[in-house]
Amino acid sequence: MLDLQGVSKHYGSTTALHPTDLTPASGKTTVLIGPSGCGKSTLLRLMIGLIRPDAGTVRFDGTALGAENVRAVRQRMGYVIQEGGLFPHLTARDNVTLMARHLGWDRARLDARVAELAALVQLPEERLAQYPVQLSGGQRQRVGLMRALVLDPDVLLLDEPLGALDPMIRSDLQADLRAIFRKLQKTVVLVTHDMGEAGYFGDVIVLLRAGRIVQQGALHDLVRTPAEPFVEAFINAQRNPLDALGRQEG
Amino acid sequence: MRIPDETNPKLLRQSPSARVKIQNPKSKTSNTILVFLLALLFGAGTAQAQEITVGSKKFTEGVILGEIATHWLESNGVEAVHRAELGGTQFLWQALLSGDIDLYADYTGTLLEEILAGQNVSPDDLPEVLATYGVRMTAPLGFNDTYAIGMKEERAEALGIRSISDLRDHPDLRFGFSNEFMDRADGWPSLRVAYTLPQSFVRGMDNDLAYQGLETGTIDVTDLYSTAAEIAAYGLRVLDDDLVHFPEYQALYLYRSDLVERAPEAAALLQRLEGTITEAMMTAMNARAVLDKVPETRVAADFLNEHFDLAQAVTVQEETFWSRLWKHTKEHLLLVIVSLLAAILVAIPLGVVAVKVASTEQIILGTVGVIYTIPSLALLVFMIPLMGIGGPPAMVALFLYSLLPIVRNTHAGLHDIPGPLLESAEALGLPPMAKLRQIELPLAARSILAGIQTSAVINVGTATLGALIGAGGYGQPILTGIRLNDTGLILQGAVPAAVLALVVQALFGLAERVFVAKGLRLKG
Repeated sequence: MLDLQGVSKHYGSTTALHPTDLTPASGKTTVLIGPSGCGKSTLLRLMIGLIRPDAGTVRFDGTALGAENVRAVRQRMGYVIQEGGLFPHLTARDNVTLMARHLGWDRARLDARVAELAALVQLPEERLAQYPVQLSGGQRQRVGLMRALVLDPDVLLLDEPLGALDPMIRSDLQADLRAIFRKLQKTVVLVTHDMGEAGYFGDVIVLLRAGRIVQQGALHDLVRTPAEPFVEAFINAQRNPLDALGRQEG
Repeated sequence: MRIPDETNPKLLRQSPSARVKIQNPKSKTSNTILVFLLALLFGAGTAQAQEITVGSKKFTEGVILGEIATHWLESNGVEAVHRAELGGTQFLWQALLSGDIDLYADYTGTLLEEILAGQNVSPDDLPEVLATYGVRMTAPLGFNDTYAIGMKEERAEALGIRSISDLRDHPDLRFGFSNEFMDRADGWPSLRVAYTLPQSFVRGMDNDLAYQGLETGTIDVTDLYSTAAEIAAYGLRVLDDDLVHFPEYQALYLYRSDLVERAPEAAALLQRLEGTITEAMMTAMNARAVLDKVPETRVAADFLNEHFDLAQAVTVQEETFWSRLWKHTKEHLLLVIVSLLAAILVAIPLGVVAVKVASTEQIILGTVGVIYTIPSLALLVFMIPLMGIGGPPAMVALFLYSLLPIVRNTHAGLHDIPGPLLESAEALGLPPMAKLRQIELPLAARSILAGIQTSAVINVGTATLGALIGAGGYGQPILTGIRLNDTGLILQGAVPAAVLALVVQALFGLAERVFVAKGLRLKG
């Protein structure tokens, strides 16, 4: 569905992304991970055309992404950022339905879709009438997901979706999100800096460093056959203290 | 009293060619497209077709003469309207040339020394020279309002002093002159030489103090204007200028030459006023207006009823406090609402363009900034050669003045929308206009509204200056109050203006509930 060939991006003299190839597996979840500034968010934003590559091509469903088709393509992608990126002047419901209303959906269709999505993300329906400022962080993120899904896109892009949440809520939402991804069978690309989260979600994990892909594969590939010492160092740096305790006792 | 022209808009002094241009009202359309469009927008149309518009300078004698002409025309069946207290000499002269007014009262001395200064016109050639401007004059009305020398009547009588020459025989008399008279070349320095006056006690002092001094006897002689209200009030004798030292300031009416074809009866009627007002009459009328605070319109009506055999007495509809307040409120609101609405319609798109098209940002913000730095008084005066006098030019000036706060706040409001929100809107695939309408403008609404509020409050205050160019409003009583040194009148304009500013402030509090989305007003 998505295919990036030789894309690169510079900001002034800084290289955010060296020429890179990446084809996220269709129907699977691909996780982009790496330290701050490694280019993972740049890669995600290139996929939805928020930034244009200096070189290379981004293809969606076989068509190269350009100024003339980017808006049409975006309607087939869902995009979720930290905190949900909800518009504070609209209710949760209006946030969710904004694009569908622009496309002229009628009331019945909107209601049906909102009800369906609220059930999917497990958001109480009465919350839909509230404004973002009245919702908890987790609820905002669920609304953000509903908004991304309303047009039933082929691709779902998430930029640190759980970044701003406290651990308990985060864990609940993590489980819900994974269930949703499994259920929807969409092509998902998710950015995180948390190795545990990457392992939890990712069918494929793509590890970046300084604008280059260092290694991609399943979690166990990265753990067992690290491509270079950095991979091992990155994984070790994020080992859960509980794991460390378990290893000592085992 | 000749007008002290401190507000005289120097900017109006124009080259002869520009003057000629202004003579033809049609050439107004040759001004910039912007002004033309704004004039259309504001639905100009200043004077009605067959109505005679009388103007007057903003000093009491001028206003009384304007009222006399207006009542006189009306009582003889000619529709006339008086636009009182418009400004200084140049202002009225330009208004006459451009056709904003049809006639006003001026003085021979002012014509020769100020309006036609530097042309070396002799008094006898005045009618001919004026004709080249498309202007005619009546013969003098009968009084000469020039510098004069005055004493208490009893004191002068006791010493047998009738003329300035008589002062020579009394070297011990004490002179107290206004500071201006002390300094002016045609004042004390030349008077002393012309009459070889021997007095050694000569002091410069404030006018009011000089009158007090005459009253208490600390001085014997002072300078004054020959029709000043104080002559009657303090019982002064005006000494005869027997050597004809002071220039003549004979009062007369100036009117547009085309009046003869347009309204021949009006021109004829003005001529019937020639030689009918003596210095004593004018002094008495000035005194009633300035000292007794009788409205000029009443003073003028009484004069006509007393001295002319009118078929029907001139009646004056005394305005009540409330009817006057309502009239000024309507005028003021019209100025504010029209200029503010136009500013909103123009400034918000300008602010949007400044944000969206990076190359225009500095040009737009710079231009509205520069406009804002023009003093409001100067901006009003700039409008006159372009649009004449009255409401429309004042509205254009207020409109230009209102742009900056709205443009700035629109720009700032859009600029300050958090990047992630803009990116979310972009990622949804909303087209630019929909994004602007549904996301950006609502998010910037509070800032934009604050800008409009600032403009509105400034506008309410600045609109009081509109009275200077004949736009009326709360500035009118302020202007009259300043002229008559009447604090009560000044407050009749100042207090409603302040109240209106507060009302505007409160209305915008309510407007926020309508225009700023609930989600932005809630606390987390």
